[in-house]
Amino acid sequence: MYKLLLCWRYLRTRWIALASVVSVTLGVATMIVVNAVMAGFSHEMQTRIHGILSDIVFEAHSLSGFQDPAWHMEEIRRAAGDDIAGMTPTVAVPAMLSFQVRGQWITRQIMFIGIDETTHAYVSDFGRYLQHPGNRERLSFALREGGYDTVDSQSDGPGPTRPALEGAGWPHRRMRVERERVWREKLEADRAKAAADQAAEGASGDEGVQPASAVGPVRSVDQQVDAVLAATSQPVAAAVVNEQAAPSTPTKAPDPFKAARPEEGRAMDPAKEQFTGIVPGIGLASFRDSTGVDRFLVLPGDDVKVTFPTAGTPPKAVSDTFTIVDFYESKMSEYDSNFVFVPIAQLQRMRGMIDPQSGLASVNSIQIKLKDGADLDVVRDRLRKVFPADMYAVSTWRDKQGPLLSAVEMEMSVLNILLFLIIAVAGFGILAIFFMIVVEKTRDIGILKSLGAGSTGIAGIFLGYGLFLGLVGAGAGLALGLAIVLNINSIRAGVEWCTGQRVFDPSIYYFFKIPTVIDPFTIAWIIAGAVAIAVASSVLPALRAARLHPVEALRHD
Amino acid sequence: MIKASSLLRVRDLRKSYRSGDHRLDVLRGVDFDLATGEFVSVVGQSGSGKSTLLHLMGLLDAADSGEIALGDTRIDRLPSARRDRLRNSAIGMVFQAYHLLPELDALENVLAPLMVRHGVIEWLRVRREARARAADLLTRFGLGGRLHHKPRQLSGGEMQRVAIARALVTQPRVLLADEPTGNLDEATGGEILDTLCELNRADGLSIVLVTHDAAIARRADRIVRLAAGRVEAA
Repeated sequence: MYKLLLCWRYLRTRWIALASVVSVTLGVATMIVVNAVMAGFSHEMQTRIHGILSDIVFEAHSLSGFQDPAWHMEEIRRAAGDDIAGMTPTVAVPAMLSFQVRGQWITRQIMFIGIDETTHAYVSDFGRYLQHPGNRERLSFALREGGYDTVDSQSDGPGPTRPALEGAGWPHRRMRVERERVWREKLEADRAKAAADQAAEGASGDEGVQPASAVGPVRSVDQQVDAVLAATSQPVAAAVVNEQAAPSTPTKAPDPFKAARPEEGRAMDPAKEQFTGIVPGIGLASFRDSTGVDRFLVLPGDDVKVTFPTAGTPPKAVSDTFTIVDFYESKMSEYDSNFVFVPIAQLQRMRGMIDPQSGLASVNSIQIKLKDGADLDVVRDRLRKVFPADMYAVSTWRDKQGPLLSAVEMEMSVLNILLFLIIAVAGFGILAIFFMIVVEKTRDIGILKSLGAGSTGIAGIFLGYGLFLGLVGAGAGLALGLAIVLNINSIRAGVEWCTGQRVFDPSIYYFFKIPTVIDPFTIAWIIAGAVAIAVASSVLPALRAARLHPVEALRHD
Repeated sequence: MIKASSLLRVRDLRKSYRSGDHRLDVLRGVDFDLATGEFVSVVGQSGSGKSTLLHLMGLLDAADSGEIALGDTRIDRLPSARRDRLRNSAIGMVFQAYHLLPELDALENVLAPLMVRHGVIEWLRVRREARARAADLLTRFGLGGRLHHKPRQLSGGEMQRVAIARALVTQPRVLLADEPTGNLDEATGGEILDTLCELNRADGLSIVLVTHDAAIARRADRIVRLAAGRVEAA
C-alpha cells in the first residue's frame, strides 16, 4: 500500500520529473501525427491506385493485343473461377491528345484506353471519379445536357471549386458553335474586304512592291480561319467513318452513339451532334491555381483530336476527332494527367483490331475484379501458371505500383525508427532524474527499510513511479497527437495565416486537404513502447534504491 | 546466565567495518539481555558501538559473529523477507533525527508501517481500524489536533512524538530508541523521556534507550555501559 501512496505523493511533489516526461509526450504526439498523416497519404494513394486499376491486370506484351477476349476470360474463369467477381476487356495504346486554347494547339502525350462502358465501372472504382452525377450512376459516352459538379464530389468538407463546369456539356457546345459561326462570318467579311481593297489597290497601279506587303496579313487571317474551322471541317470525314464502321461494331442497346452518327450524306451539325465521346483525366484539361480553384483549358462539349497507332505492323499513326463528355479525377496525378478513356468498340475499330474474317476483336488486357477476401497473389500465381509468361503479363495492382508503395512504406518505417529514438532519448532523461530522486530520497528509503519494507517493495516504488510517469507522458502525448491529427487542417490554416507561407499547397499535392488515418493498433504500439521505455529507464535507479544499505541510508544527509 | 524471562538476548556479538586496509572493530563480543517489561539504557562515548548494537538488534545490519535472539527465536540469521517482517511487527525504532517521511502528514507517517505490512486490498479492509489506532496514539501524545500536519510544520518534540507513535502502532515487543532526545532542548527532551517512562510503566513496554548523556540514562531501570566495543561491568 505504501508504494502506491508514495508514488502518488512523489508524483505530486516532484514536478521536475514531469519535465522529463514532456519529451515522452512530444515523442508520442509526433509519432501519432506522423503515422496518421503518412498512413493517410499511403491509404489515399492506395485507394487511388486501386481505384483505376482493377485487382488483377491481365495484359498482352504486344501492342496489338490478343484476339478473342471471350475465350481468354473463359480460360481465366476456369483457372480461378471461384475468386473472380467480374472481368472487363480494355485496349490501351499510347497516343497524343491535341486541343486548341485561344487559337493555339496544345498537344499532350497520353495513354488512350478503350473501356467497356457497361462492365468497366463494376471492375474498378472508375465510375466514382467522374464529374457528372449521372455518369457516376451509369457511365455514358454521350454528352450530357449540363449538370456537372462545380464542387469536388469526393471531398468531404472544403474542396476545390470548379465554376467553369457550370455551363459544361451541350450548353457550352452550342455556345461555342455559335461563337465560331460569328467569328467565321466576321473573318470572311474581313477577308472579302481585304481582297476588295487589294483588288482596288492593284487596279490603281504600282504592282512591283504592293502585293508582297499585302500577302502577309492575308495569310495570317487564313491561318486563323483554318484554326477555327478545323473543328468543323473534320467532323464530316469522321462522321462518315463512324457510319461505315457502325454495322460491324458490337453495340449494346441503348446505343449511346446515335448522336455521333448523323444521317447519311448530311454534314454534321456540331450544335446538335457529337463525335465519339472520351473521358480524359482532369489533370490533362485543367490546372489548379494557388487559391484552390480549378481552371479548365477545355470543357465537356469541346472537340479534341487524338492521334494513335493502328494495330498493323509497322503501326501507322491515325487521327480522329472526339468530344469530351466528362472528366475523371482519381487524384493520382500520374493517372489524371495521362489516361483518356474511350469506348472500347470504337477504339478497336479505329485501330483495326477487328479481324475482318472472323469478326473477332483483339484487346490489350483484361481487368479482373476478385471477390472480397480473395488473396490477390494466389490468384495471380494461378493465372501465371496457366498463361505463358512470354505472351502475357499477370500482375496485381500492388505489383503495378510496387516501387511507389514500398518507397512510402520504407519512408514510414525509417521515420518511425527515428521518432522512437527520440522517445528513447527521453528515457535517458528519466533515468538521470530518477537517479537524482533516489539520491535525494536515500534517507526515506532507509526509513522505509527500518519500518520493514523489503528491497522488492522499494524497487517497486520507483518502478511504479516510472510506470506512472510513462502513462502520464504517453497519455498526454496521445491526447496531444489525436488533437493535432483531428484538427490538422485548421492547424495548417492557422500556421499559414501566421507565417504567410503556404504549408500545404493544393496546386502541388493532389489532395485538397491533408489526409489522415488513425490506426488504433499503431497507436497502441506507440503507447506501449513509450511506457515500456519509461519503465525500463527506471529499472536502474530502482535497483540502486533497493540495494541501499539501511544504516548508511539512515545516516545520509 | 540466560534468564527465562529474557526478551532480547545478545551473545558475543562482533562487528567490524573495513575502510581500505584499515579495520575498525566496533563491537568486540557484546553480551546483553533485556527482560520483558524492562527499560534499559545503553550509554557510552561516541564510537563506543552503542548505535551499532542498536542497529544489529533492530536487524538493520548484520553482525560478523555472535547471536541475537528475540524471545526463543534466534533472529540474526533469518532470510531477509522474515527479517523485514520481524522489523515491521516485533521491533519499533525511534531515531535521533526523527526520520519521518516528509511527503506524508503525521497520521500517514504513523500508518506507514501498517501500510508496509498490508497490500492494497488488505489495506482497504483494515484501513478504518488502523486509522483509529494511529489517531488514538497521536491523541494520547497530545497531537490530536495535528494529525494532518506535514513534518515540516511540526516542532522537534512533536516530530519525535509522531516517530514514537509510528514505532508503537504495530504493537512491537521491544522499542529501540537511538538518542531520541539528542536533537531536542532539555525541556522537550524531558517530555519525550517522560513519555517513554510512562509507556514502560503503564503498558509494560520493553525499551532499549541508547544515549551518551548519563543524566538521561538514569531514568532507566538499568544502565549498560559500552566502552571500546565491550560491555563494562556496572
